[in-house]
Amino acid sequence: MSRNIFRMILVLFFSFLMAGAVFAAPPVKIGALFSVTGPASPLGEPERNTAEMMVAEINKAGGINGRQLELIVYDTQGDATKAVQAVNKLIKDDKVVAIIGPSTTGDSMAIIPVVEKAAIPLISCAAGIKITDPVKKWVFKTAQNDVLAVMRIYKNLQKQKISRVAILTVSDGFGSSGREQLKLKAKEFGISIISDETYGPKDTDMTVQLTKIRNSNAQAVICWGTNPGPAIVARNAQQLGIKIPLYMSHGVSSRKFIDLAGDSAGGIMLPSGKVIVADQLPNSDPQKKALMSYVNKYRARYKVEGDHFGGHAWDAVMLLKNAMEKGGFAPAAIRDQLEKTKKFAGIGGTFNFSPQDHAGLNIDAFVLVKVEKGDWKLIK
Amino acid sequence: MDNFQQLFQYILTGLSNGAIYALIGFGFAIIYNSTGIINFAQGEFVMLGGMLTIFFLSVFQMPLVPAILLAIVVSTGVGILFERLAIRPLKDAQPFSLIIITIGASIFLRGAAMLIWGKDTHALPAFSSNDPLYIAGATILPQHLWILGVTVLIIIASRIFFNYSVVGKAMRACSYNPRAAGLVGINVKSMVLLSFALSSAIGSLAGIIIAPLTMTSYDVGAMLGLKGFCAVIIGGMSSGMGTVFGGLLLGLLESLGAGYISASYKDAIAFIILLLILFIRPEGLFGSKETERF
Amino acid sequence: MVTVKKRQLLVFFVFAAAVLLAPFFLKGNYLLNVLVFVGINTMLAIGLNLLLGYAGQISLGHAAFFGMGAYISGIITSRFPVEPFLIIFLAALCVGVIAFIIGFPILKLKGHYLAMATLGFGIIMYIIFNETVDWTGGPSGLSGIPNLRVGSLVFDNDWNNYYLVWVFTLAVMLLSINLSRSRIGRALRAIHDSEVAARVMGVNARILKVQIFTVSAVISAVAGSLYAHVMTFIAPASFGFNFSVELLTMIVIGGLGSVYGSFLGAAILTMLPELLRVFQDLDIVIYGLMLILMTMYMPGGLIGGMEAAVRFALKKIGKGENNNAQA
Repeated sequence: MSRNIFRMILVLFFSFLMAGAVFAAPPVKIGALFSVTGPASPLGEPERNTAEMMVAEINKAGGINGRQLELIVYDTQGDATKAVQAVNKLIKDDKVVAIIGPSTTGDSMAIIPVVEKAAIPLISCAAGIKITDPVKKWVFKTAQNDVLAVMRIYKNLQKQKISRVAILTVSDGFGSSGREQLKLKAKEFGISIISDETYGPKDTDMTVQLTKIRNSNAQAVICWGTNPGPAIVARNAQQLGIKIPLYMSHGVSSRKFIDLAGDSAGGIMLPSGKVIVADQLPNSDPQKKALMSYVNKYRARYKVEGDHFGGHAWDAVMLLKNAMEKGGFAPAAIRDQLEKTKKFAGIGGTFNFSPQDHAGLNIDAFVLVKVEKGDWKLIK
Repeated sequence: MDNFQQLFQYILTGLSNGAIYALIGFGFAIIYNSTGIINFAQGEFVMLGGMLTIFFLSVFQMPLVPAILLAIVVSTGVGILFERLAIRPLKDAQPFSLIIITIGASIFLRGAAMLIWGKDTHALPAFSSNDPLYIAGATILPQHLWILGVTVLIIIASRIFFNYSVVGKAMRACSYNPRAAGLVGINVKSMVLLSFALSSAIGSLAGIIIAPLTMTSYDVGAMLGLKGFCAVIIGGMSSGMGTVFGGLLLGLLESLGAGYISASYKDAIAFIILLLILFIRPEGLFGSKETERF
Repeated sequence: MVTVKKRQLLVFFVFAAAVLLAPFFLKGNYLLNVLVFVGINTMLAIGLNLLLGYAGQISLGHAAFFGMGAYISGIITSRFPVEPFLIIFLAALCVGVIAFIIGFPILKLKGHYLAMATLGFGIIMYIIFNETVDWTGGPSGLSGIPNLRVGSLVFDNDWNNYYLVWVFTLAVMLLSINLSRSRIGRALRAIHDSEVAARVMGVNARILKVQIFTVSAVISAVAGSLYAHVMTFIAPASFGFNFSVELLTMIVIGGLGSVYGSFLGAAILTMLPELLRVFQDLDIVIYGLMLILMTMYMPGGLIGGMEAAVRFALKKIGKGENNNAQA
């Protein structure tokens, strides 16, 4: 008797499964372009990992409106040609409904003409301000504009009554965009840049530039780059005995920087997304819930700390999810819903998109943190 | 801080970077002088030295000295394998085939390192302390002294080896005329193998002693390799001391160029010097004319 | 000789017809987009092959000429309302003059030294692309380059770009085929085999090498200009040392000294990411291995390998026929 019941259940189960397989709609395809290898791989790798984690999670929870997602990731290697080829494949071959990434400003600028023409929404994970300024109909971004980080630093300088600064930027996309914004906003905050130095992304020694800065009578140094350059800068500054405050960019706001710079990291300040200080945030912070969930899940799955680069991909996937839940899966509907997104508390900040603003963040996206005793400390 | 102190700091920085270039360049010269091959994969051995040391330190929890020794042994093994598998099977190959093969090897080693150890950058702890030393107002780190010291040691050791030991003399004979060397009973093949072994050992040693300063990751090899190559061209392939002077000069010019002209064009300076030397005096500043260059 | 030339032309026309008809079978397919880049890379590979395959002179800096063409076209047409086709011509001219001037000292060098000098030149140009931010837009690239247009025909979709690029590519292929059959081609091959012997035979090796270097650079520059207008965005990363090596790989894999080998190599390398996608991050390792193994075991490239296979097969068939006849 019980055996028969068991059989019945089994038959039912399988017929249910079959029915599910036959009637279930095909998965919704989302494209992703990240520079998983190449010079920008410190950005691309956590972004890919995060996107894969989030999509797996959404699918496990039943998908969106009953439909599963399929994430198709291509590697751009940080090369514009490969990015354009990959985006064409995503649109014409894979027929995706929306695209997240690429990781770098250059790759994003390269594929914007393609997505604009194909009318497919793009949520870029790169920081360059020109991606969404001027506003392009189909292009959104989740990475905080560099200018917000610059303003966060300048506000702090103003508070400390510092007016003469030296800047030291890396000569790649991230650094040159930061350099541009640092120069652009200086006047507004009454700051004069009295020394403007650069270093190459593969340079292994910056003592020469720092010696020049030391002799320049600057009251603070701002260094703009991604690992490992800034860690070398921190070590060189310590070697040269530079005592003036050293600011870094949000490009190094991860555990890795403290590991690399060692005890020379002490006292360094930088604007950062809230990821690295998630546990120090007050419970009233609207982002806290998302942040804590991201940090814990990433650590559980990949055994390393999540950073804000991964956070950009988290935001992109979740923004898409929200838009799809509200407006369905047609590219145009997704775009319209994205543009209507308000008060979306993600990892990078609280997003408020509008027809005039496809970046959606303000200066509150950044907090200022300081390295103290080998850890990040939130500065009020 | 006056101008003299600034200049002195540039010079000190330049010299300590130059020693790194010289050490890497030395590896190029050893292979070139016994085979006429420029090993474009030389930089990857620099990377292997640093990465392997970190690997042994962190994964096997070894103490520093055994980790370093083991890293050198393993890199040397990779160098030997490379010669046996990819260089020796080609007899009388055209130069461009050898160039392409060594480039292929460098891409392969870099890719393999990325797969095995990931894309992260790692820092090795300094051998002695991390406190800067002050010389007339300019500073260097104890690690810089390590680099200078090891460079000097290797120069002395190699002079003794090439000038006084039988094997060293045999290697030199091979570089002048491999056929004649073969006729007098020198095993040319094993000399070539030995040169690859020596140069990968020196390359990996260079990679290890600079890792506390420059940090290391799977892709540090390319640029350091090229700089080492510039050093050896400037100094001249034929002379060991020339390579050292070439390296120091390159480091110095780079640092002064970055200090007084523009840091953005620092690397361009290195390569413009390279081109000028190749155009005007291809045997190098300190090389001798009779070396086969064409 | 006449029959060989006729046969070569016949092969070329068959190839050209296949190229020109291909889009009709690929309508709306993304492959058409890939083939646009295959065309550009074929041009570049042929340019490099003229230098390395025919004259035996290596260059590890050809991406620099490609970049110069792209940036001259890109910078001028994105700022001034000028006729872009005129600028392609101007860019080619400028690059040609520069290549001619630096060709003399560079091509005096041989073997490894030549490789290093061209590599140094490539890196210097790359640094210039990167650092002259006011002109080139620096590392984050130069956008807003207009599409090419002829009257009301705008080259802004895959279909049009395909024909634009391939018309140029086919022209370069034809040029290269004719060149290899000409007196110059024979002289170049003589230099390849033995420069001393060529000189003894009265070939002015020095001038000839510089000339072929210039032609090769001009072809690369034209490819660069086309690339800029097809992409409408350029960034220095596309013109670095890695790309020079990629070009070298194309002709090594395809076949040194072969026009169709250049095409084959360009096609394989352009689609390689596609083919290697299954291996994910392994592709860089496979890429390195391929370079080593092809150079070691297949020095004639795939084209050479195919020809050998065909010859072998023909011989076998021939033998079989003979046997039959005997029987």
